[in-house]
Amino acid sequence: MSDLNTTMVNEYRSNFLKEVEANVEEGRWVKMCMQCGVCSGSCPLGPAWEHPPQEIFMMIRAGKRDEVLKSESMWMCTSCYNCIVRCPRELPITHIMHGLANYAHRLGLAPKMNPTRRFAKIFWDNIVKSGRVNEIELSLRLYFMDGFKNGVEKAWSMKDIGLGMLKARRLNPLGFVTHKGCKDTKGIHRMLKKAREIEDRRKGFAA
Amino acid sequence: MARKEYSFYPGCSSERLTSASNYMVSVEAMCKTLDVKLNEIPDWNCCGASIGYAEGGELPRHVMNARNLAISEQVNKGQDVVATCAACWLGARETKDRLADDPGLLAETNEALREAGMNLEYKGEQQVRHMVEVLIEDLGYDELKKPVVKPLEGIKFAGYVGCQTNRPFGIAGESFENPKYLDKLVEVMGAEPVEKYDQKVTCCGGALAFSEPEKSQAQIKKIIESAYDHGAEMIVTPCPVCQMNVEVYQGQINKRYGTKFNIPVTYYSQLMAVAYGASAKEAGLDGQVIRARKLEEIAAKSAGR
Repeated sequence: MSDLNTTMVNEYRSNFLKEVEANVEEGRWVKMCMQCGVCSGSCPLGPAWEHPPQEIFMMIRAGKRDEVLKSESMWMCTSCYNCIVRCPRELPITHIMHGLANYAHRLGLAPKMNPTRRFAKIFWDNIVKSGRVNEIELSLRLYFMDGFKNGVEKAWSMKDIGLGMLKARRLNPLGFVTHKGCKDTKGIHRMLKKAREIEDRRKGFAA
Repeated sequence: MARKEYSFYPGCSSERLTSASNYMVSVEAMCKTLDVKLNEIPDWNCCGASIGYAEGGELPRHVMNARNLAISEQVNKGQDVVATCAACWLGARETKDRLADDPGLLAETNEALREAGMNLEYKGEQQVRHMVEVLIEDLGYDELKKPVVKPLEGIKFAGYVGCQTNRPFGIAGESFENPKYLDKLVEVMGAEPVEKYDQKVTCCGGALAFSEPEKSQAQIKKIIESAYDHGAEMIVTPCPVCQMNVEVYQGQINKRYGTKFNIPVTYYSQLMAVAYGASAKEAGLDGQVIRARKLEEIAAKSAGR
């Protein structure tokens, strides 16, 4: 349990809905859900969700904090936006799911080994480093996230795809060295640090 | 002077030796023919993509997009911002909309932006548009048809629109469930769109192709199967993630499901470049993992109306 989690548990004690409204992106919409289930039925990965969005909304209102934040569910979102365009009440469901996943991740409650959580972190660190995606580094970091042996196996299983991309000149084998990214990386780093500070201050995350 | 000019946000996957470099090559050929000038936003950065949410959070994501838009306002004054990548367009436009609705978030964004170089301030002066919008709305199908010198006769395309050029914003006047613009573009280029392609707006799994390959490949299988079932010889799409996911995993899907998929997946801009008389190389066709032979054949023929 992180300190931040303890802080939030103490602050919102038995009101998880209030906590979500205050701390989760677009969380103020949660109470508008009328439980029609169109979102759950529209999700391409619907069957893979332990608790589909409709259920998540009800669980938030029922105060099931641990069950929601520790769930793998939100990590199944592919960002296809089908739920958003079909929701009869026009809830920004995709963003709420992203927001919940981000919040769970910040609190240290999200499932540690969830592959999408881990990939998302590798991705963000990758783009922040130079301001732009470094594709070869991104792929290799993903393959090798469980150690060297595992990485070699994964990379081997992906070799045909890699070779295809190399042959099509859509992958830079020297990208580790030659990737340039933005000129003002320092400015971007300062800007992102500031953004994080502001957001943490606003949400009461700051220590 | 060019007929139209835009502030261009190419995005990470458009760079040389990246996953959608063939898209970029064909866009250049297409725009040259159409006399459309793209003024690249200097020192643009990544939009954060969709998957950026988990580590990035809300404000850092908007700040990333606002930086691009603020540079654009400063350097490419009075021009609309145009993105070719679905995720870039979505990310930038989401930021524009959110900041327009929320003065508090706008103030916070600008506070963070001041930390970057160039004395940036985001004002929200420019529209954020996808290349397809520009083609359809600013030029129109008739203008797009005029430069066709090699109609793509006899090729059947499944128009795979996918998610992020279609939802949540989409192209004005199109439905989310059955958008028609891609089919119309195919037709205008002299090819044949397959009717009733029922996986037109199905999600390919997006970034989850990396993290949840089995689940994502089940989606991709549906998308390809339906294209075959409806008689398509190629798939065409406006989105770099759709293109890559649907093209490069066919071998793995064949192993997993015992299928025999081998269908080329192209960009609308490649169709247009070839129809406008570009060579296979100029249309980025050498960047296909699964060769688009029928397009290559047309590109190799000498033009004649």
